Amino acid sequence: MIEFSTTRHNPLIDPFLHTWSWQIPLYLFLGGLVAGMMIISGYFLFSGRYKETNCSCYYLPRMSFLLISLGMLFLFFDLEHKQFVWRLYTTFQITSPMSWGAWILLLVYPVLLANMLLRISEKFGEKYPFLKNISEKMNSHHILIRNIGVINMLVGGVLGMYTGILLSSLGARPLWNTSILWLLFLVSGLSGAAAFVHLIAKNVHERELLAKSDNGFLIIELFVIAMMFIGMLTNSRAHKEAAMLLLSGPFAASFWVLVIGLGIVIPLILQLLAVSHKIHHTPVAPILVIIGGIILRFVIVYAGEFSHWSRLITFK
Amino acid sequence: MARYAMAIDTRKCVGCADCVAACEAENDVPYGYARDWIVQIAEGKFPNTHVEILSERCNHCSEAPCVDACPTGASHYYEPGGIVLVDHEKCIGCKACIAACPYGARFVHPEGYVDKCTFCVHRVKEELDPACVSVCPTHCMHFGDLDDPESDVVKLLQTRKYHALLPEAGTKPNLYYLI
Repeated sequence: MIEFSTTRHNPLIDPFLHTWSWQIPLYLFLGGLVAGMMIISGYFLFSGRYKETNCSCYYLPRMSFLLISLGMLFLFFDLEHKQFVWRLYTTFQITSPMSWGAWILLLVYPVLLANMLLRISEKFGEKYPFLKNISEKMNSHHILIRNIGVINMLVGGVLGMYTGILLSSLGARPLWNTSILWLLFLVSGLSGAAAFVHLIAKNVHERELLAKSDNGFLIIELFVIAMMFIGMLTNSRAHKEAAMLLLSGPFAASFWVLVIGLGIVIPLILQLLAVSHKIHHTPVAPILVIIGGIILRFVIVYAGEFSHWSRLITFK
Repeated sequence: MARYAMAIDTRKCVGCADCVAACEAENDVPYGYARDWIVQIAEGKFPNTHVEILSERCNHCSEAPCVDACPTGASHYYEPGGIVLVDHEKCIGCKACIAACPYGARFVHPEGYVDKCTFCVHRVKEELDPACVSVCPTHCMHFGDLDDPESDVVKLLQTRKYHALLPEAGTKPNLYYLI
């Protein structure tokens, strides 16, 4: 028997780390969702689908703008020394993914703005005629629109990847310390965004297209999760123990039931039936996908904080 | 270049926590928080038991993941000596360093910045030992420069067996426990 006792009882550190609360999972979810929305709207611009009058690529940038701002607000809420937040933008720390993220988030805004300028509402155009002029000039250059689409896809991809790398770079947390987490969060972000656009799209063909692509994303997500576990279960003892937190440990119920079951498998079955016209499209599947995406971030963040290098491994 | 380290004799440490009290007094550590602490690990079944008592703190790693994770440069190496410090005026309290530390050595100070052991850098600058080392009643703690062949720490590490904490985490910790 090994008995371990300590006099340390630092708040939020002991007995297990819990410094990141609800703000960070929600920020990571919104970051991933916006990344997916940027990729989808970018693709619509690139592929020429923007020519259709009710293309979602015209209102997705506005929603992305609001959602990423909300995510940044959550990030700000999480800071403990808020009055020094400006310090993020007085330096660039090449080894810190959070520093990369701070600058990537700044890059997201002008790219979204360029996308937003492609179609501005009539009221807005009347109030600010110079913006209307810019918008008209932009719309007369199809190659420019395609390029804005490409940049939206690229920056969206970088944003989605960053949300995973932020966690996976922290080697002290074995559950996060997997090089595939960026792919999981990127695919989950794409899946959430496809579900979101499916919910709000006015164009029927677009809805069908997004339901089909979401099925693809969900299948890839299942595959990536399986790969992640294979990697961890064949890694060090700390990584095995971290994987077991989700597979059979204290986070297993929420992982299997809410993330895998309700968040991926059930919506996948519903959407597969819907795209093969056996049942009607309903908002149930996309809502489940979005909720599953949120819970995935909560489970990964909380279980990751719980995971640790076991001190007893080195004790002799 | 100096490289400060600590060697702690687990055969002499009795876990009295004088080091903890000295640190709290010297560094005005807020109530309920600890920059250093005592860990006791007992193994085996009576009468074949083994107990190790460890006075722990930040390991002032040579490859500190907390320094790498910090987005503002608040966590940095103090030179000379490679002591890992937090600049309170640069810290935004994002807690990335806390998540990055495999030792759980950092915490959020009630004033918002992240806090931890400093090896009593203010005393080291005056060529004094850290407070914890200076008060130890069993003289089990030794502080010194790994680049100075005459320092106690180097001599002890040359003559005694020792282990570090979680060397497999790859952080190159600078706290050594003599066994």
